[in-house]
Amino acid sequence: MESNITKVTTHISHNESLIFERSQPGRAGFMLPALDVDEIALDELIPAEFQREDDLRGMPEVTEVDVVRHFTRMSTWNYSIDLGMYPLGSCTMKYNSRLNEKVARIAGFANLHPLAAEGEAQGALQVVYELQQHLAEITGLPGISLQPAAGAHGEMTGIMIIRAFIDARDGKEKSAQRRTMLIPDSAHGTNPASAHLSGFTVKTIRSTPQGLTDLDHLRELCAHGDVAGLMLTNPNTLGLFERNIQQICAIVHDAGGLVYMDGANMNALVGVARPGDMGVDVIHLNLHKTFSTPHGGGGPGSGPCCCTKELEPFLPVPRVVKIDHGTGSSTTDSRLQTQDSFVFKLDFDQPQSIGRVKAFLGNYGMMLRALSYILTHGRDGLREATEAAVLNARYIAHGLISDYEKPFDAPPMHEVVFTDKRQSRKGVHTLDIAKRLIDYGFHPMTIYFPLIVSGAMLIEPTESVGRQELDQFIEAMRAIAREAIEDPELVLNAPHSTRIGRLDEAAAARKPVLRWKPKEAASAT
Amino acid sequence: MRYIPNSPRERAEMLEQLGAASIESLFDSIPEDLRLRRDLNVPAAMSEIELLNAFDEMGTRNQAARRISFLGGGAYSHYVPTIVDHLISRSEFFTAYTPYQPEISQGTLQSIFEFQTLVCQLTGMDIANASMYDGSTAMAEAVLMAERVTKRSKVVASAAIHPQYLEVAHTYVQHAGIELQHAQFDSNTGQTLVDSIDDQTAAIVVQSPNFFGCIEDVEALAEKAHAKGALLIVAITEAMSLGLLRSPGASGADIVVAEGQSFGVPLSFGGPYVGLFAIREKYARQIPGRLVGEAYDKQGRRGFVLTLATREQHIRREKATSNICTNEGLIALAATVYLETMGRRGVQEAARQCAQKAHYAAREIAKVAGWSLPFSGPFFNEFVVRAPSPAAPLLDRLAREKGIDGGIALSRFDANRPNDFLVCVTETNTRAQIDALVAGLDIV
Repeated sequence: MESNITKVTTHISHNESLIFERSQPGRAGFMLPALDVDEIALDELIPAEFQREDDLRGMPEVTEVDVVRHFTRMSTWNYSIDLGMYPLGSCTMKYNSRLNEKVARIAGFANLHPLAAEGEAQGALQVVYELQQHLAEITGLPGISLQPAAGAHGEMTGIMIIRAFIDARDGKEKSAQRRTMLIPDSAHGTNPASAHLSGFTVKTIRSTPQGLTDLDHLRELCAHGDVAGLMLTNPNTLGLFERNIQQICAIVHDAGGLVYMDGANMNALVGVARPGDMGVDVIHLNLHKTFSTPHGGGGPGSGPCCCTKELEPFLPVPRVVKIDHGTGSSTTDSRLQTQDSFVFKLDFDQPQSIGRVKAFLGNYGMMLRALSYILTHGRDGLREATEAAVLNARYIAHGLISDYEKPFDAPPMHEVVFTDKRQSRKGVHTLDIAKRLIDYGFHPMTIYFPLIVSGAMLIEPTESVGRQELDQFIEAMRAIAREAIEDPELVLNAPHSTRIGRLDEAAAARKPVLRWKPKEAASAT
Repeated sequence: MRYIPNSPRERAEMLEQLGAASIESLFDSIPEDLRLRRDLNVPAAMSEIELLNAFDEMGTRNQAARRISFLGGGAYSHYVPTIVDHLISRSEFFTAYTPYQPEISQGTLQSIFEFQTLVCQLTGMDIANASMYDGSTAMAEAVLMAERVTKRSKVVASAAIHPQYLEVAHTYVQHAGIELQHAQFDSNTGQTLVDSIDDQTAAIVVQSPNFFGCIEDVEALAEKAHAKGALLIVAITEAMSLGLLRSPGASGADIVVAEGQSFGVPLSFGGPYVGLFAIREKYARQIPGRLVGEAYDKQGRRGFVLTLATREQHIRREKATSNICTNEGLIALAATVYLETMGRRGVQEAARQCAQKAHYAAREIAKVAGWSLPFSGPFFNEFVVRAPSPAAPLLDRLAREKGIDGGIALSRFDANRPNDFLVCVTETNTRAQIDALVAGLDIV
């Protein structure tokens, strides 16, 4: 490897087959206590025709040691935040604290059944309530539901709330004339998909050459009287704050619509500015981005929905509420024996609610971690994280401007977009740059998103990276820019340091193999 | 803040390098009147010691977490091998992102491929995705998928499905032009009755074992659905039942959705859990969510990639099969580690013990004068008990006086069932606990 690659060197990588290929009849990785009740012949309990016939053939038979080595070896094939900068734009890959993990595993929470009596789950409900309070303060939006399980789920919830609100305000008949959802061309793909799921037709708003929402186009689209709302990401997916946000909200509101904000980029705003103060009506947050709950290789997430007082009656049920004794609804729960002057309750009595979006209360374990994040940071730390995240992005923007095309002049917030315009003259494209970055020990940035920027590279360092590593990253990117000129083949064939090369994704999609099958099965039947 | 690497001094130097006057100036693009000119009304930072004390204290006020429990109804207490949490706690797994860069994500990708295979084996289906949020949302997505596949708008869902699953389905379909009807269940057997469906019916949806614990005749329902060109969707909340019961795939199901929490996932007050979603091969391009497939590099080495992405929202936008993006990766990994550790024989043994212990409990409870089992249908590890008087106050007394959570009062879901409650028994319940429950019922 080149001498200027400072972050990594190559290391041994273990080969590991699929567990099914490792399986040996008779191996076992479990032991249960002996059955301590009288055993009855199974056929007497459950009719034979309802029992499995296949004896679970094909499922693995391995020992505990096999399993531990299997997953440990496979784990070493992954890049992860703990190895370093993970600059995926709009994904906010920040440090996942071990303390939050410990909190989520406290037995009083981990062993708590979701249908436990409310009176015996007061601590758990308090966690929900307190997190709601903090998120309301951070967003400036007082109505909160923590039920949605991910960002897209929160989007769906928010858009259904908008629809229910307009139905109630205008009556079903008039409301049926408002079935247009406006979405900027730079938006995440989940936005139009969520709007569609709520029965809306999507109209796309252009961005200006400066990378902001085109107000004239917005006015034009709002002139038809059919707009139910606007879905806006702010800062937008180009990393730019929509500085006309108040005007944008006013235009939509004047046209009878509501403003939904995609909170994917809240890491640029926490403690600095609040969507509620900007005129936004409803927002979802990603606890797995801004509030550091781990991405887990693709989830679980948590996508709380936060809205204005006006929209609160439409939030999913049940709501978690705090009731002071003597101020109304008396409790019927005889297991409630608290000495406190208040209790936490589930409130199902919300006739205007859009309904339930998930069984139980949502991804509760993520709520524990997010609350732990907020309390560990405190008011100063939350703001400090935002400032450090923006500073880091700005530092990268500054460091790469000489070698990469930056399509928008405005200074970025927490993420910055560059393109492959200069490198593509030599036939080196964004994908190649991303793959070459792997050789330098970094996870690539978000590529080819947003869609409106040709060859986009969206870089979000987050606050969890120190200057030294930012410098290494900038150095790596500049080295790749040089290689693109001097030795394009080196970049085009990257990565060179990984255990496998670029995989043929087109072939994989043409003839998809989506599961393992025993070899003999192909010929046997 | 100890999680932020750059010291104040380094930050000052970086600002200088940028030619920025202050940290404040980095936010100049936010209009002055939108800047928060006060501290957030959030407490000051807590140390690790203070924070753990605070959460421990709140944890102790969840008395239910310490009780002997017979609660099921969509979330189950099963034995979890110690290595599950250890392996998913490796930072290479839990601090990784969605595996969009396969060269440095093979650990996650191969795990998902194994997960998809295990789900196929258990459900008896051809294709499984990389997971959904949970069982309830998976079922709602299955309903939407049935409409896409059949281009029909009516869906008949059993009234014996978990009430919260039905609520979620209603929320999801309310703007999709789908008419969700309910099929009643036999008040003697507890099994679903589907009279007749017509050629506008996209699917029959049934849960088995159903909310009351009764095993449905999936094969008969599949025949009924298929006779009219409709699909059969089978939902499962207690996935451990798959260790013993005939797979929905073998019984003719077209889409199988399940809650995977039983496979190594803590109760955690309702989440995060993991939705399983499996289908027949011919519907592959209509499935929601991510799929991992086998792929090869130029040198012919096997690897795994996310595939068939043209179904998904980041490509198809409003025409996508679903809006789902983030799924339940780490929980799917927990289920994978669980299923591989327990393996073929372990899953069978856990399922056998669940069934034997539950039937022992049912026999013993039925012997107590005044208490009965209202449904005659076969069950796996959950069953309804009818108390001699309203169940909720009896269960409260049982908890207070005997320290046992005896079940879920069905009056929470249906006011017409005041005396009924749902009992769940798993391999973690000892005979002594079951006997204590029976003795406790006798007293209250």
